Amino acid sequence: MHNFEFVKPATIADAVAALAAEGAQPLSGGQTLLPTMKQRLAAPEVLVSLTGIAEMQGVCMGEGGLHIGAATPHAVVAAEAAAHYPALAALAGGIGDPAVRNRGTIGGSVANNDPAACYPAAVLASGATVVTNTRRIAAEDYFQGMFTTALEEGEFITQVIFPIPQRGAYVKFNQPASRFALTAVFVAQFADGVRVAATGASNNGVFRWEEAEEALSAEFSAGAIAGLTVSSDDMISDLHGSAAYRANLVKVLTGRAVTAAR
Amino acid sequence: MPKDTGIGASTKRREDVRFLTGRGVYTDDLSLFGQAHAVMVRSTVAHGRIVSIDTSAVESMPGVLAVFTGEDFKDVGGNPAGWLINSRDGTPMREPKRPVLAHGKVRHVGDAYAAVIAESYAQAKDAAQVLSDATVIEELPAIVDMKAAAADASNRVHDEIPDNICFDWGWIEDNRAAVDAAMKAAPHVITLELTNNRLVPNAMEPRASIGEYFPGTGDYKLTTTSQNPHLTRLLICAFVMGIPENKLQVVAPDVGGGFGSKIYHYGEEALVLAAAKRLGRPVRWTAERTESFLSDAHGRDHVTKIELGCTAQGDILAIRTETYANVGAYLSNFSTATPTFLHGTLMAGPYKVPHVYVNVKTVFTNTAPVDAYRGAGRPEATYSIERVVDKMCRELGLDPFEVRRRNLLTPDQFPYTTPVGLVYDTGNYQATLDKAVELADVAGFEARRAESAARGKLRGMGLSTWIEACGIAPSHLVGVLGARVGLYDAATVRVNATGTISVMTGAHSHGQGHETVFPQIVAEKLGIDASSVEIVHGDTAKIPFGMGSYGSRSLAVAGSAMDRAIDKIIAKGKKIAAHMLEAAEGDITFADGKFSVAGTDKAKTFGEIAFSAYVPHNYPLETLEPGLEETAFYDPANFTYPAGAYICEVEVDEGTGKVDVVAFTCADDFGNVMNPMIVEGQVHGGVGQGIGQAVLESTTYDDTGQLLTGSYMDYAMPRADDVPFYTVDHSCSTPCTHNPLGVKGCGEAGAIGSPPAVVNAVIDALQRGGHTHVKHIDMPVSPNRVWQAMNA
Repeated sequence: MHNFEFVKPATIADAVAALAAEGAQPLSGGQTLLPTMKQRLAAPEVLVSLTGIAEMQGVCMGEGGLHIGAATPHAVVAAEAAAHYPALAALAGGIGDPAVRNRGTIGGSVANNDPAACYPAAVLASGATVVTNTRRIAAEDYFQGMFTTALEEGEFITQVIFPIPQRGAYVKFNQPASRFALTAVFVAQFADGVRVAATGASNNGVFRWEEAEEALSAEFSAGAIAGLTVSSDDMISDLHGSAAYRANLVKVLTGRAVTAAR
Repeated sequence: MPKDTGIGASTKRREDVRFLTGRGVYTDDLSLFGQAHAVMVRSTVAHGRIVSIDTSAVESMPGVLAVFTGEDFKDVGGNPAGWLINSRDGTPMREPKRPVLAHGKVRHVGDAYAAVIAESYAQAKDAAQVLSDATVIEELPAIVDMKAAAADASNRVHDEIPDNICFDWGWIEDNRAAVDAAMKAAPHVITLELTNNRLVPNAMEPRASIGEYFPGTGDYKLTTTSQNPHLTRLLICAFVMGIPENKLQVVAPDVGGGFGSKIYHYGEEALVLAAAKRLGRPVRWTAERTESFLSDAHGRDHVTKIELGCTAQGDILAIRTETYANVGAYLSNFSTATPTFLHGTLMAGPYKVPHVYVNVKTVFTNTAPVDAYRGAGRPEATYSIERVVDKMCRELGLDPFEVRRRNLLTPDQFPYTTPVGLVYDTGNYQATLDKAVELADVAGFEARRAESAARGKLRGMGLSTWIEACGIAPSHLVGVLGARVGLYDAATVRVNATGTISVMTGAHSHGQGHETVFPQIVAEKLGIDASSVEIVHGDTAKIPFGMGSYGSRSLAVAGSAMDRAIDKIIAKGKKIAAHMLEAAEGDITFADGKFSVAGTDKAKTFGEIAFSAYVPHNYPLETLEPGLEETAFYDPANFTYPAGAYICEVEVDEGTGKVDVVAFTCADDFGNVMNPMIVEGQVHGGVGQGIGQAVLESTTYDDTGQLLTGSYMDYAMPRADDVPFYTVDHSCSTPCTHNPLGVKGCGEAGAIGSPPAVVNAVIDALQRGGHTHVKHIDMPVSPNRVWQAMNA
């Protein structure tokens, strides 16, 4: 790791100012950035911690659903979202291990948009709104492919607002080594229809499986998608799973999520 | 009644107090005055010619003290292979020099070609990056696939070796024609092609070394992560650096796991010594985890075709194998013995097989060196045999339990000379099989299968009956077979004046529990409290010349040496007692810590005798030296042959292909057991590693020789929730017939017996689940592979 300066502003405005510095980079839970720095693959000159800003912390019900501060660790989401959005709480409780869950944050995960991360599936399946220091971004517009988002230079997430479905579930199939999602599916049933989002599977990052959404909106049962197939075009193929295998997992896990939804 | 102390007691591990409270002292924990830090500069390409290394780019960088390249070591010796193997045609193996630092060519990703020494680790790291950037390497095509390497004479890992073959070994070559004839005559021949997957050892503690040089005396000291400090010293002194052995002290302090990978001498050890001498300061190096992945000796990596000739009833008539064994870019110290004498000699398994022939071609590739890893050759043999026996049962519609009973050697057949050169001294393979069947509740399997099916899971059961050879010996035999060292071990038992005891052993404990078990034996034999016995190991300045710990040899070989030394102590004690008690030596008996005159109540305690030996006021000085300290070297008459039967149950998720190992039963024969708790722990650890190999661990190089599984993000290690609670038994004991403790060794058993049991269970689950086209899946049986196999 190379040397760097570290600042921890207490307000969003101060964070914006700090991030204007040459070579500055926001730091949330550091679960991706710090290992990358240790491997000397990243060398920011200034790290601006976002974890000291009170309004970016915590879980509460508010307009439009469940409001989660971007710097809220997974462990807090797992505990405090449980009463409001159990599927989301379960997702948070299944990320990494206790050390990761006590450091890693929802904002960090959504901003990084790792193709194997869990949260993007929940954000997209819930039709959540990503709130930044400058604007509100709909989930559909936010995710733009692996490690790519609508965030602009200097922009950072302050909050994520999740509409709460009637029922939902997240089913993750672990990559055997890292235990990230080899593929995982979030299913959310709302009054006006079902949304299905898959992470870990596509070369284009998290995506909605619209055929399944249509079938499940008509009939919310695992059987409703039995006749569908997922194309393996554009699926990730690596050591741990071929494209065809991942396409299969999208379908299998969607069925299991429907069965598990509550 | 279980015993509380002594032999056979489950004494808690005394070393765990320091390990579990963070008070162990490992190499990297040592901080020496004036120390400098070494960082290795490693090749980022698999194969290339070093065109230039511009050391001037770093020499003036902050803190940089020295730079070493291959040029600095071109006049010292290479790190040798410990066994000379001859090819079938009688020609000796090809043995390219393995330099301290790569010179001329780099031969695998991670091959160190330079080292930077600096005041701080960070400065050395910075400079190493700059030096890497200032190096020009002309990249050559990588040689990764073994069979392609052997077929292509144009592309060479070592320029002087045209077909990349180290040797082409036949065992036993004279058997070949008879085996071919038996195979031809056999009513059925079952053929299986399989891969024994390459594994990265992943000791919890990475390799680390500290070199020191004392100019006043010309002495060197190396503190290093070694399983056998004397062997490391021998290799450095006699082969690599030419330092007189009496001028180098090698210390292996607490070592956090080895699994074989720390048996060997590595170039970094020579580097820190040379650097310490040049700088006149201690020089330290500790591997980062990535370096461990790239440069520790890996394990396994065989591609085998095995054929089994049999009758319709499943009587095995002949076994013939052809194996390609990857040795990687250089010959590591045991790399030539592992695929040959630790593999081919076990190819009869625990069965009565009239004809066996083994052919092994070892191949150089542009990958990390491959060497012995927990089990070392024996897991490869066991996997091949137990998979093909299972396939035979399926193809001929036979019961796998019954077929094994038919073929297992019976107790009356020992000692049994196998067709591949070993003499099994004793065993009762039926007993362990019966015990495993009972403990695994084989009779209740169908009900469990139905219950799994109700949950949507395919359940299968797999069996493996295995044997291994431990405590490799005797020296005169291994010498004939090509070993360049002896394989005895040694112990010095020093009784202190106050009656406490220090045992200096040639064995090295890096997790095994010697500090607990060895005192149990001493205490039992001398009738004293185990807490007054201390085990000293891991320092060439303190211990007699021993061969260290690997191959499940510590207790069988070094323990036997200790037992012999204790016998000498008792014999001398009797002489002293006879003098003090004014009796004839022949009338003195020793029991329960007392020397007594037979038939009288006259006695001296062990402590009184010890005191007299060191304060010899009333002592036969004319005929007996004072002091009470004895050394014994022990060279075993034979290997030991632990054996057992393992039964695994798995559940397979049809939708995802995920395999869960849900039950695992081990019935082992380890001979006499000194500490049941430690033995069970060894089995747990070994089975855990075996399940890791079978289900999770894959070491994958791409076509360009880059290691794709170079971190825990992609290399899957077994974790607690990947393994079930084990059922472990060692009650079916047939004590070893030729060592004084009757022990056989247990360290590798779990890793040897378990992989085929797991894979057999997976195939069983798929077959029972209707996927009858699936005959074999190579390890690891990952979700992706199992799903692909089901849907092929």
